[in-house]
Amino acid sequence: MPTKAPISSVNDFVVRFANVNGSGSASANELFARSVLRMGIPVAPRNIFPSNIQGLPTWYEVRISEAGHLGARGGTDLMVAMNPQTWDKDVASIEPGGYLLYDSTKPLPPSKFRDDIHVIGVPLTAICNREYTDPRQRQLFKNIIYVGALSALLDMDVSAIEKLISEQFKGKEKLFDANKHALHLGRDWATLNLECPIGLRLKPCDKVGDRIFIEGNSAAALGAVYGGATVCAWYPITPSSSLADAFTSYCRRLRVDPETKQNKFAIVQAEDELASIGMVIGAAWNGARAFTATSGPGVSLMQEFLGLAYFAEIPAVLFDVQRAGPSTGMPTRTQQCDVISCAYASHGDTKHVLLFPEDPAEAFEFGAQAFDLADRLQTPIFVMLDLDIGMNHRLCRPLKWDDSRKYDRGKVMTAADLDAGKEFGRYLDVDGDGIPYRTYPGTHPSKGSFFTRGTSRDRYARYTEEGAPYADNMQRLLRKIETAKNLVPRPIRKNADKPTRYGVIYYGSTSPAMNEAIHMIEAKGRPLDMLRIRAFPFHQDVPDFIADHDYVFVVEQNRDAQLRSLIVNECGIDPVRLIPILHYDGTPITARFIAREIADDLEALKVTPLRKVVS
Amino acid sequence: MTYIAKPKFHHPSLPKNALGYTHRDYEGKISTLCAGCGHDSITASIIEACFELAIEPHRVAKISGIGCSSKTPDYFLNASHGFNSVHGRMPSVLTGANLANRDLIYLGVSGDGDTASIGLGQFAHCMRRGVNMVYIVENNGVYGLTKGQFSATADRGSKSKRGVVNADAHIDLVAMALQLGATFVARSFSGDKEQLVPLIKAAIEHEGAALIDVISPCVAFNNHLGSTKSFDYVREHNEAVNRLDFITGRAPITVAYEAGSVEMVEQHDGSRLVLKKVAADYDAHDRIGAMTFLQQHAAKGQIVTGLLYVDKDPEDLHAHFNTVAAPLNVLSEKELSPGSAALEKINASLR
Repeated sequence: MPTKAPISSVNDFVVRFANVNGSGSASANELFARSVLRMGIPVAPRNIFPSNIQGLPTWYEVRISEAGHLGARGGTDLMVAMNPQTWDKDVASIEPGGYLLYDSTKPLPPSKFRDDIHVIGVPLTAICNREYTDPRQRQLFKNIIYVGALSALLDMDVSAIEKLISEQFKGKEKLFDANKHALHLGRDWATLNLECPIGLRLKPCDKVGDRIFIEGNSAAALGAVYGGATVCAWYPITPSSSLADAFTSYCRRLRVDPETKQNKFAIVQAEDELASIGMVIGAAWNGARAFTATSGPGVSLMQEFLGLAYFAEIPAVLFDVQRAGPSTGMPTRTQQCDVISCAYASHGDTKHVLLFPEDPAEAFEFGAQAFDLADRLQTPIFVMLDLDIGMNHRLCRPLKWDDSRKYDRGKVMTAADLDAGKEFGRYLDVDGDGIPYRTYPGTHPSKGSFFTRGTSRDRYARYTEEGAPYADNMQRLLRKIETAKNLVPRPIRKNADKPTRYGVIYYGSTSPAMNEAIHMIEAKGRPLDMLRIRAFPFHQDVPDFIADHDYVFVVEQNRDAQLRSLIVNECGIDPVRLIPILHYDGTPITARFIAREIADDLEALKVTPLRKVVS
Repeated sequence: MTYIAKPKFHHPSLPKNALGYTHRDYEGKISTLCAGCGHDSITASIIEACFELAIEPHRVAKISGIGCSSKTPDYFLNASHGFNSVHGRMPSVLTGANLANRDLIYLGVSGDGDTASIGLGQFAHCMRRGVNMVYIVENNGVYGLTKGQFSATADRGSKSKRGVVNADAHIDLVAMALQLGATFVARSFSGDKEQLVPLIKAAIEHEGAALIDVISPCVAFNNHLGSTKSFDYVREHNEAVNRLDFITGRAPITVAYEAGSVEMVEQHDGSRLVLKKVAADYDAHDRIGAMTFLQQHAAKGQIVTGLLYVDKDPEDLHAHFNTVAAPLNVLSEKELSPGSAALEKINASLR
C-alpha cells in the first residue's frame, strides 16, 4: 500500500509520456492532448525531444489546467512510462502521491518502483501481441491502446476522442476503424481490470472558448503569408525548419493563382545561411518582401550580411527561433539566448529591431507587422521566437486580419515622383525621422538610380571616405532607431492592485509562466507591477517603469541576463536596480521557479537592502 | 579618379542605337583601377554590348561582390541600379534580386578571388539553380587590392611577382560551370574585344545561367614572366574554338559566311548566334564533349576560349518555381493577402 495518499485533482494536473523517439508515439500523445481540449479544458503540451531521428528518449508533457495556465508547471502527476532507457529517472520525477502507468507484460522487481506512488500496470505488449501479427502494427497501436486506457482512468469523454480520430482519418475508413478498435482495446481492458477513474479526472467544462491550438512557427509563417512575403530563402536548422515548411504549405494553399496555377511566391532552400540572408537582401533591395527563418547559429553566420543590410538600409525580416547555445548547444532545447547577438548583430556600430511575441497569436501579428516595419524603417527586423513557442502547440486567441489593411511599403519614390521633380538623395533625411527615400531598380530611365554599397558614401550615395559624411550618416542611422522606438509594439504594463516598490520585466515565451507566477507571489502578500517588453529598441515606457520602482526583476531564459544588459546599456539604468531571474537549463521556465526565485530575492531585499534607495 | 566628374558633353555626331542612346549613355564613372588593367577593357566591352543591343540602361541591375573586379559596375551603366555587396556573395544577392523582379537583366560581376575562393559555394549553387543572369568573372589569378597574393585560379607552377611558385592546383570555373549545369558557358580574354563583345551580347539574351570567364591580366601584380595570366602568355596560348556574331531579332544576314564553317543558333527571343567554327571538330552543344575538350587542351597548357557550351532550350529558376508572369515586387495586398475569410477557415481547422 503506497505510503502517500493519491493525488486527487479535477482538470488540474500534468501527464507526461516517456517514449522512444521514432516509435510513433507523437500522434497518439497529441491525440490525447487534443481530446482534453475538445472537452473544453485548456491544455499546454510540450515536446521534449532529442536531436535524433530514432532511438533516443523523447517526452511529451501535457499540462491540463482549467484555470488556463499554459506555462510549464514542473513535476509530473501521471507518468506514462514507455521507455526502459529512462525508467529510473522517469519514476523518480513523479510527484509523491502521483501515478505511474506502465507496460506490465513482463514483471519488474519491486526495487524498480517507489512506495509513495500509485502504480497502474497495463499489459500493453501482451494485448498487442494477442491482437496483431504485424510488428509495425504492434508498435503503433500500443500507443493508441494506452490512450484508450487513459480515457478510462481519467474518465474522459470517449466520443470526443473518436471524433478526433475520424477527423484525422477522414476518407480512410479502414484506418479509422483500426484506431478506434485499438482505443477500445485499451479502454475496455482498463475498465474491466482497473479501478477507474483514478484520483486525477477530467470533467468537461467550457474554458477553451473560441481559442485555437497552433504552433508558433506555423502562426509566424501564416503572418508572413498575410504580411505579403513573396521571397523566402532558408537553410534547415532546428527549431526553425518547420516555419519555412509551414510557409511552403500555406503558400501552396493560399498563394497560387487560381487561373494560371502559377505561384505568387518563391521559396529557396539555400546552400547555407549566408546565402539565405544574401537572397533575402537581394530580393528586398529589389522591392519584394523577403524573409529567412533560422536559429542562433544561423544568425551567427549571417553577421556580415546583417551589417551590410543595416548600413545599406535594406529591409529584411528574420525569424529567429531560439535554442540553447552556444555553437550547436542543445539544438532541441529552448532558450532566449540570442537577444544580444541579434540586437547588435555584425561588425561596426549597429542596432537592430527585435520583436518578442509571447505566443502564436502574437507570432502571427508580429510576423505580418515585421514586413511593414522593415519597409518603413529600411532595416533588418528580427522576430524572436524560441523553441517553446515555435515547436509546441499552444492555445491562443484566434488569428485576425483586417481586410482593409494596406501594406506600408515605406518611403519609395516612383517614376512619377521623380518626373515631378522631387529631389532624390538615397541617404537624404528629408523628413527628419532618419529615414531616407529609396527607389527600386528599374524605376526610371534617367533619374533615381544609385549605387548601393556597404562602404561610406554621402547623402547622394556617392562614394566618399571623408570623416564628416560618414559621421553624418551614422548619426542619421541613430535617428532612425529613435523613430523605431515609437513604431514597434509598445510594452504592456499591468499594475498590481496595491501600490508596490517592486516591478517585474519579462518577454516572449516567459509570459504564461509569469502570468501564473504573479498570482503565486501575490498570494504571499507581495504585489508586483508587471511590464511585458515586446520590442527593441525600447519605448520610453521601459525606463519610466523602472523609474517608478525601487527594484525591478528581469525574468529571462538565458545565463547572462541579456535583456537586462540591453536595458542597462540602452536606458542608462543603474544595474543594481535590475535583479536578474534566470532560467537556462533548456527546459521552459516554470511559474514555480519564478515564484520561488522572486520570493527568495524579495526576502533578501527586505533583510539587507543592497543599497539605500535614492528617490 | 571617381572624384573627377566625367564631362557631360559629347560630340553631336556620336552614333546612336535603336533607342537613340549613344555610347555615353552606357558609361559610368571614371575607373579607379590601374592604367592598363584588363578589367577596364571588360567594362568597355560591356558598354559596347549593351549599346549594340539597345538595352535600356535602367533595366539592368548590376551586382558585384568585393575586389577590383567588383568595383567595375560603378564604371558602366550609370543609369542602372548597382549593388556592391559583400565578398563572395554576389550570387545570393543576385538570386534574390532576380526572384523579386524577373523583368530586369541581371549582370553579376565578380573576380577570381570573389568567385573561386570565398564565393565558390555561392557560385556553384547559382549555376546549378539556373538563375537567369550574366555572370562575368574578371579572372586575373591574383588578389589585387591586397597586393598580389595568389588566387585559386592561379595555375600550379605559375610564379608570383615576388617569385613564389604556386603549388596548389587551380580551379577551372568554366569546367565547374559545365558540370554544374550552366546553360551558357564561355571563356574569353579581356584583350580580345572582337570575341568578348558578341559573347556578352549572347549571354544577355540567353534566358538562363550564363558564365563568361574572362582572363583579365593584372598589370600591377600578374603580368610578368612566369605568370600564366599575363597578356603575353594568354595571347600565346589562346585556343579559340569559335568566333561569334550576334544578330538581334530577324534581321537579314548580310555577311557572307563560308559554307560549312558556320552554325546558326536560334535563341528563344528570336535572336541568332552565328558561330564561326575555328576548331572544326568542336560542338558547342555537347556538354560532355566540351568538358573533355577543355581537359585535353588544359593539359597541353592551352587556354580554350569562345562559346564553349550553349543550351538552345534553357530553363531558369522562375520556370522551376512556376512563378507568376508579373514581377513579385509589384504584387499588392490584393494579390498577396488571402483575406479574413480564409483566416477564419484556418482558425476553424485549428480547434
